[in-house]
Amino acid sequence: MAAITSIPVSPPPLSILKILQQPRSLIVLVLLMWLPLMLNVMLAGSISETVRPYLLLPAIPSALILYGVGVLSWRESPIAIIGLTLIFFWLIVAVSVPFLPLVDPNKPIAPFAPIGAVKNNHYFILGADFKGRDMLARTLWGCQRVLVWGVTATLVAYLVGCIFGLVAGYLGGWWDQVISFIANVLLSFPVMVLFILIMNYLGASGFNIVIAVTFASAPAIMRIVRGLTFDTKNRDYIFAAQTRGEHPLRIMIYELLPNARGPIIVDACLRLGYTTVAITTLTFLGLGLQPPDPDWGLMIKEAANVAKSPQFAYMLLIPALSVSSLILGFNLIADGLREMSLRD
Amino acid sequence: MSVSEQTPVLECRNLCISYFTRAGEIPAVVDFNLKLMPGEAHGIVGESGCGKSTVALAIMNYMGKNGGIVGGEILFEGRDMRTMSGEELRRIRGSKIAMVYQEPMASLNPSMKLGEQLAEVPIYHEGVSREQAIERSQKMLASVRLPDPQRIMNSYPHQISGGQQQRVVIAMALLSNPKLLLLDEPTTALDVTVEAGIVELIKEISAKFGTSLIYISHNLGLILETCSRLTVMYSGEAVESGDIGTVFTKMRHPYTRGLFSSIPVPGADKNMRPLRSIRGQLPLPFARPTGCYFGPRCDHFVAGRCDQGILPMLPVESGSSHFVRCVRFNEIDWSRATTRSDQHAPIETGAIVLNVSDMSKHYTIESGSAVLLGAKKTVKANERITFRAREAETIAIVGESGCGKSTFAKVLMGLEGATNGKVQLGDVDLANLPVQRRSENVISRLQMIFQNPFDTLNPSHSVGSQISRVIRKFGVERDPAKVEERVNQLLDIVKLPRDFAKRRPRQLSGGQKQRVGIARAFAGDPKIVIADEPVSALDVSVQAAVTGLLTDIQRENRTTLLFISHDLSVVRYLADRIIVMYLGKIMEKGTTEEIFSPPYHPYTEALLSAVPIADTSVKKRKIVLTGEIPSPSNPPPGCPFCTRCPYVMKGICDTQVPPQREMAPRHVIACHLDEATLRAMQPVITIEPREMEAELVAGGA
Ligand SMILES: Nc1ncnc2c1ncn2[C@@H]1O[C@H](COP(=O)(O)OP(=O)(O)OP(=O)(O)O)[C@@H](O)[C@H]1O
Ligand code: SF4
Ligand code: SF4
Ligand SMILES: [Mg+2]
Repeated sequence: MAAITSIPVSPPPLSILKILQQPRSLIVLVLLMWLPLMLNVMLAGSISETVRPYLLLPAIPSALILYGVGVLSWRESPIAIIGLTLIFFWLIVAVSVPFLPLVDPNKPIAPFAPIGAVKNNHYFILGADFKGRDMLARTLWGCQRVLVWGVTATLVAYLVGCIFGLVAGYLGGWWDQVISFIANVLLSFPVMVLFILIMNYLGASGFNIVIAVTFASAPAIMRIVRGLTFDTKNRDYIFAAQTRGEHPLRIMIYELLPNARGPIIVDACLRLGYTTVAITTLTFLGLGLQPPDPDWGLMIKEAANVAKSPQFAYMLLIPALSVSSLILGFNLIADGLREMSLRD
Repeated sequence: MSVSEQTPVLECRNLCISYFTRAGEIPAVVDFNLKLMPGEAHGIVGESGCGKSTVALAIMNYMGKNGGIVGGEILFEGRDMRTMSGEELRRIRGSKIAMVYQEPMASLNPSMKLGEQLAEVPIYHEGVSREQAIERSQKMLASVRLPDPQRIMNSYPHQISGGQQQRVVIAMALLSNPKLLLLDEPTTALDVTVEAGIVELIKEISAKFGTSLIYISHNLGLILETCSRLTVMYSGEAVESGDIGTVFTKMRHPYTRGLFSSIPVPGADKNMRPLRSIRGQLPLPFARPTGCYFGPRCDHFVAGRCDQGILPMLPVESGSSHFVRCVRFNEIDWSRATTRSDQHAPIETGAIVLNVSDMSKHYTIESGSAVLLGAKKTVKANERITFRAREAETIAIVGESGCGKSTFAKVLMGLEGATNGKVQLGDVDLANLPVQRRSENVISRLQMIFQNPFDTLNPSHSVGSQISRVIRKFGVERDPAKVEERVNQLLDIVKLPRDFAKRRPRQLSGGQKQRVGIARAFAGDPKIVIADEPVSALDVSVQAAVTGLLTDIQRENRTTLLFISHDLSVVRYLADRIIVMYLGKIMEKGTTEEIFSPPYHPYTEALLSAVPIADTSVKKRKIVLTGEIPSPSNPPPGCPFCTRCPYVMKGICDTQVPPQREMAPRHVIACHLDEATLRAMQPVITIEPREMEAELVAGGA
């Protein structure tokens, strides 16, 4: 007996994948990828141009590792992997674009150069736009702003939506009535009208896009979270926490929220898609991000007039397809996650 | 014509049924045999997941997309159902075979009047005219003992009670005059006294209509009351089958014997004759051992014999109809008592720790539509509850659904305030002290164990973190190492391996979750633990282990246990004192001895008679209640039981609140019947002396 108990019980050796799959490593990797990218885009004016690209160096390996881990952990769902591949294609482009052999996306070279043309010593793989700027460079650079503002806006909308949803769902009564009323008022506006109102009032900028998206999305998120909270708040484990005298805040964040995460994550992926559409549309309407830096919405807007003749349609199609691939990626991930959650 | 010459209504031969899932083939039922003669009632008993429902669904041919019969045959009136055409099967199902499910609402269309749903059956199957169909439906409703069939015909399903719904479903099944009626846990969702009525009805059916029955249940007592033969299933296999009398008194399979010693029958006692649970747990269908599936849990396991090949069903004596699936049944000494479990001296109770006096809790609800503002109703969930609990005492609160048990727990725990009265814990009055305003000390003295094992733990956090939260919250320990040590100790106490601390609740079985729930409740060293039906959702063989555990910890810590339950058998086994409640009021209270012997309150008497007891030596006096349970928002002004009481005195009982009659010190009955009548009551449960080949309940002899 003694012999048996004295054998040291060493934990089974963790494979690298296992280590990387732990929440802590995932969070570190995501931050390593995300923070540089965000700083790069949001603080564009205040960082010197020579330092700026080097900020992105740690983000490149992080993005590659995250993609690998994602593919390995979602092996069972091909749909999710296709979605993941689309998203990570753009993410990896976003973090590595300063190091790619591209020309300056804002430099006019040869106006209206068609796809595959060689003009002024430059090979236009995807052609040039009406000002003569290289489409390939513009498209690849353009993903940075869409990704950063789209994800940030969605995250902020989620933060706000979750807080109000938890409060309305858990505390109920008077809280619920007031919050639900405001949400219903906001939801009754057509989304685009709401966007245009807010952007017109606040002025066009990335941060104001975040505010507009929050106003437009948070009420719907609030409703989802509120519904999920209603379902879970009568569970015995919540009752147990209450009889233990836990603070309502702790119950909401620690006991309720983690159990709502499944549906929330799926919805977040879908909503990232909507937000991308919304941001592109706003920019197209001239209410969002401002020129000259490349952005898909801007590219579509600028091409809109010229692209009426079919031979220049590529100026419009290329950014449009890029937006679609990103949205498709988010939606496929949402589908894949839902499918996987239904299986077990 | 003797029975053996008749064609059986149904015969299953070496039936094997599997489900096909992503994880592979799950053999849900293996080598199942059954022969059902006309008019016979056959019981199938076994624990959750053993394949009982699968057998019934296969007979109905309702296996779903991923299920299928992979071997053997099902003969209906001598013909193999697998060779029948789809059309023929459809005709048989529904007209010759009918099924009643656990949830009555699963068989009823919520948006259609009951009369039309019933009338559809004869119209569809026999093509009779609408008038005839309605007339027959009405007759059938009367014959399942539904009062006022006319009204029921014109109601929607939600307008009648659960017990009435189940009667309608049975009536619907009988309308097509089936040869075979399958009942899958038909009373599990109902209250005991309502269940008793349905069981009585089911017994009548085979006699009156000549229908053969297959009755599926996890409750041996119910099978004893309704069936003449039974099959015991374990992990997809039939392990024993035979006549009720034989199997109940001369069982020849260790699992059957284990099952019987883990249910509380009269005579079991938590101190002198504790129940014995079966160790271990059910194997998962794809992780069954080779040889005997029961092997790892069996006391008579012999390596090399029990773990070889596939075991056949063997006749106990040649030619007998008693079969077991055990290679060693001939070698086991069945007359020897099973190993004893520990005996204990009765616990000495201590000082009074909880004093509830005249506590009432009324809810105000808006009645009817919101348009009628001001029309408010009062639901008297608890009315003048008075009792005292001592240290180390076990007090059971017994009653059926809606009697106010859970409301009482909520008031005690501080989630609701009392409307009136006092709840004294030491010198603190808890009656109107919400949990937020209670001191840490008061909160930690009162803890709770919940009914539903699947709900009691937060699925998002590990078992260890949920227990350690309580330890830290109540300041039992603060140092992380000591907290972990304490978590490990608690896991030891509830007999779970220490590495369960790192597991998530979904990796645990129901019984294991309930143990974690117990560990969590005791983590803060409480003085009083309220257990709300802690074992009713568990399998029989696990129930005994969990109740045993609860009493052990209680004995060790001298905790007061308030045990809320609807199950009088468990209560009789566990409690020192019992409080019987009905619609928010205490009907009777006294020691366990006093409650189980006359004089009774009429409701207690009915309750005692309703509880199915899995013991052939027990004889019960039948008291079947008629009448409906009144709505809690509109109870009769007098005695709440007057709508169903067999002794009711019109003019008194329904208008005047009954007096509290003290039959003995602290034995109180709230009833208008005079003392002499109460004292003249005869016992409901009598135990006839009978030769038992062995003392089943361990610790006897
Ligand atoms: N549709 C299904 N797909 C896969 N497996 C299933 C399916 N239905 C049942 N099973 C499995 O088949 C086995 C037998 O299930 P069954 O429902 O017949 O048990 P039971 O004895 O009726 O249990 P209970 O007492 O809980 O009703 C179980 O292990 C169950 O998990
Ligand atoms: S075959 Fe062996 S293991 Fe199985 S029940 Fe019989 S004695 Fe026990
Ligand atoms: S008071 Fe009347 S109705 Fe109530 S239990 Fe006694 S006899 Fe029955
Ligand atoms: Mg079942």
